[in-house]
Amino acid sequence: MTAVSADNLPAGGLRAVERRADDVVQPPAVPVPADLPRPVTGRTREDTITLVAAGFASLATTWLLYTQILPVEGKIGFVVSWFAVFVLYYAGLTALTRPWTVVADRVATCFVVAAPTLVGAALLCTVIVTVAKGLPALVHWNFYTTDMAGVRPSDPFSSGGILHAIVGTLIEVAIAVAIALPLGVTAAVYMSEVGGRGARFVRTIIEAMTALPSIVAGLFIYSALIVGLGLPSSGLAAALALAVMGLPIMARASDVVLRVVPGGLREASYALGAGRLQTVWKVVLPTARPGLATALILGIARMVGETSPLILTSGASTFLNTDPTTNPMNSLPLFIYNAVASGQPAFEQRGYAAATVLLLIVLILFVFARLVARRRPVR
Amino acid sequence: MSGEGGVATSVADPVEVEDVPRRLTARHSLQDRLFVHGVRVTGLFVLVIVSSIGLFLGLQARPTFSHYGWSFFTESRWLPSQDIVGISAVLLGTLQVAAIALIIAFPLSLLTALFVTDWAPARMKNSLVRAIDLMAAVPGIVFGLWVLLFIQPHATHVAHFLSKYLGWIPIFKVHTDVDYPIWNQAPGYPAYQGSAFIAAIAVSMMIFPMATSVMREVFSEAPAGEKEAAIALGATRWSMVRTVVIPFGRSGIVGGTMLALGRALGETISVVLIISQTFQLKVNPLESGTSTISSMIAIGYKEATPAQLSALLTAGFLLFVITLVTNTIAAQIVARGRSGAGTEL
Repeated sequence: MTAVSADNLPAGGLRAVERRADDVVQPPAVPVPADLPRPVTGRTREDTITLVAAGFASLATTWLLYTQILPVEGKIGFVVSWFAVFVLYYAGLTALTRPWTVVADRVATCFVVAAPTLVGAALLCTVIVTVAKGLPALVHWNFYTTDMAGVRPSDPFSSGGILHAIVGTLIEVAIAVAIALPLGVTAAVYMSEVGGRGARFVRTIIEAMTALPSIVAGLFIYSALIVGLGLPSSGLAAALALAVMGLPIMARASDVVLRVVPGGLREASYALGAGRLQTVWKVVLPTARPGLATALILGIARMVGETSPLILTSGASTFLNTDPTTNPMNSLPLFIYNAVASGQPAFEQRGYAAATVLLLIVLILFVFARLVARRRPVR
Repeated sequence: MSGEGGVATSVADPVEVEDVPRRLTARHSLQDRLFVHGVRVTGLFVLVIVSSIGLFLGLQARPTFSHYGWSFFTESRWLPSQDIVGISAVLLGTLQVAAIALIIAFPLSLLTALFVTDWAPARMKNSLVRAIDLMAAVPGIVFGLWVLLFIQPHATHVAHFLSKYLGWIPIFKVHTDVDYPIWNQAPGYPAYQGSAFIAAIAVSMMIFPMATSVMREVFSEAPAGEKEAAIALGATRWSMVRTVVIPFGRSGIVGGTMLALGRALGETISVVLIISQTFQLKVNPLESGTSTISSMIAIGYKEATPAQLSALLTAGFLLFVITLVTNTIAAQIVARGRSGAGTEL
C-alpha cells in the first residue's frame, strides 16, 4: 500500500531545485503543484472494490459448497472455510494488479485482524452466555437478599439467593487483602528502597513463588492447618490460602511499580536533607501511587475470582455466616462450582447467575482501578 | 584578613592550606534506623512465610519419593488404596492440556499483539490494551462455564471431524467408531466430551491475555526510527513488521509464551469443570478423559487418607517445581531482551 506512490517524492524535490535555479532568468512556464503530504494509509477505489468483491465471492462460493455440493455442515466449518476462501480470493485478486509484497501484506493483514476479532467475539460471547443463562434468577430481588438455607436446589428462583456467598467472598477477600497487601507493599519497599544482598535474595524467592499454582497454595493451607493442626474448615482458612497465593503476586507487582520511580526524585529528596523514611513516604510512594493502586486492585480482582484454594479450605455452607473463625463459609466462586457440579438444571442456572454477579464485582474493581490510575500523580 | 600581605602569602604558598576532606557522617536519625530495620524485618518475615511453603511441600514430598522411588514417575495408575501411586499419566495429561492451550493461544496472542501495536488506529490502542487487561481479570471459572455450556457442543463436532478424517495420525485418533453419526450417540457424545482438547480451550482463554500483554509491551518498544526507515524504503506494513518488529520482539514472544505456559500448567478450576477424570497413559487429546495434577488435587483431596494426602502434596510439589522452572526461564528471556532497547536510533 505504501509502496505505490513513492516515486512522487524525489520528483517533487528535483522540480523544486530546478525552479530555484531558473526563476532568476524567467518565470516557470508550467505551474508546480503544491507539496501535498503523501497519504500513507490511503485506500484507492480499486482497493475497496477488491476487498468487497473478495468478500462476496468467497461467501457465495462457501455457501455453494456447503449447501449444494459437499456433504458437510456445521457453523464452525462454514466460518472457517469462508475465511480461508476469502483470504485465497483476496490474495488472487490483489495479485492481478499488485506486486507480490502487497499480496503478502494483505494476507498478513487478514490474519492480524481476524485474531483479535475472534478473541473479542469469544469474550463477548462468554459474557452474554453467562448473563443470559443466569437472567431468570437474576431478576428476582431475593437472589441478592437471602441465602440458600432450607432451599432445595430444585426450588423456583423466587426463594433462596446468594447473599451468603457474596458476604463470604467479601469477608474472605477482605481478610486476605488485610494480610497480603501491607506485607506485600512493605516487602516491595524493602526490595526496591532498602536494597542490599538480603533484598536481592528476597526478590529472587518472591519472584519464584509467584509461580505457585493457586491449587497448591490451597493444598498447603489444607494440609498444614486443617489436617495438620486440626482446625475446622472456615472462612479464615480460605482467607489465609488466598493471602498465601496473593502475597507474592502483590509484592512482585508493587516492586515492579516502585522500581520505575525515577532515581533522580530520590536523590533530590536526599539532597534536600530528607531522611530515608521521609523520602519513601513523601516522594517514592506518592509518585508511585497510581501505578501501585492499579497493580494492587488488579491483584485483588484476581483473588476475588480464584476458586481452587477455596474448594479445599472453606467448606460450603448454605446459610449466611459472618464469623470467619467457625463454621464453613461459602463464597461466590465456590457457590458457582458447587452449583454447576450438582447437575441440577435450576441450581446450575443459579450458578450462572452467581457468575454474573462475580463478573460484575470484578468489573467494578477494574473500573475503580482505572479511575485511580487516571488521577494525576503528585509531583 | 589583616592585610594584602597575608593573602599574598597564602596564595603563593599552598602548602599552608590544610585540604582535609570534611568528615561525612552517614549517621541516620533514629526514625530512619527504625524504618530501615522495620522494613527489613518485614521483608525477611515475608521471605520466611513464602519459602516455608516451598520447604513444607518439599519435606512432605520426601516420604513419598523414598517409599515409591522411581516408580512414582513411571507408574500411570493412581490407586492409593492399593498402594499403587504414579503420576506419569497425570503428568502427561498436564503437559497435553498446556501444550494444546498454547497451540491455540500462541498465534492468537501474537497476532493480537501485532494488531494492537502496528495495525490498530492510535485512538483505539488504549481501549484495546484495557480490554486485554480486563480479560486477564475475568475469573477462570467463568471461562470454564462458557466452554462447558457453549463451546463443548461445537468442539465435539470439531473433534469428531478431526478424528474422522485425520484419525490415521495417532494424536487425532479417538477409540470409538468415528463413522457412527454424532447426533445419534448417547446423550452428550461421550466419546468426545471432557477431553484434554476441550479443557485446553478454556485454559487458552485464561492464558491469552497474559501472553498478549507481554508480547505487546515488547513490540511497542521496537525502535520507531527503524520502523520509519523500513517504511521510507518502500516496505509494506507487513514487511516492516516482519523485518523490524518481530526480530526485535523475539524475546517477548518466547518469554510471554513461557509465562503463559507456567500459568497453563497450574490452571485448575476450568479443567476440573470440563474433564472427565481418568488415569490412563495415552496421547489422544481428542478422546474423552484425561487428568492434570491440579485437577487431581482438587478432586482427590477430600477422600484422601494421610498417605494419599502426602502423595497429592508430592504431585503438587512437582507441579510447583515445573512452573517455577518455566517461569524462571521466561523471566530470564524477557529480561535479557529488554537490554536490546539500546538499539534505539
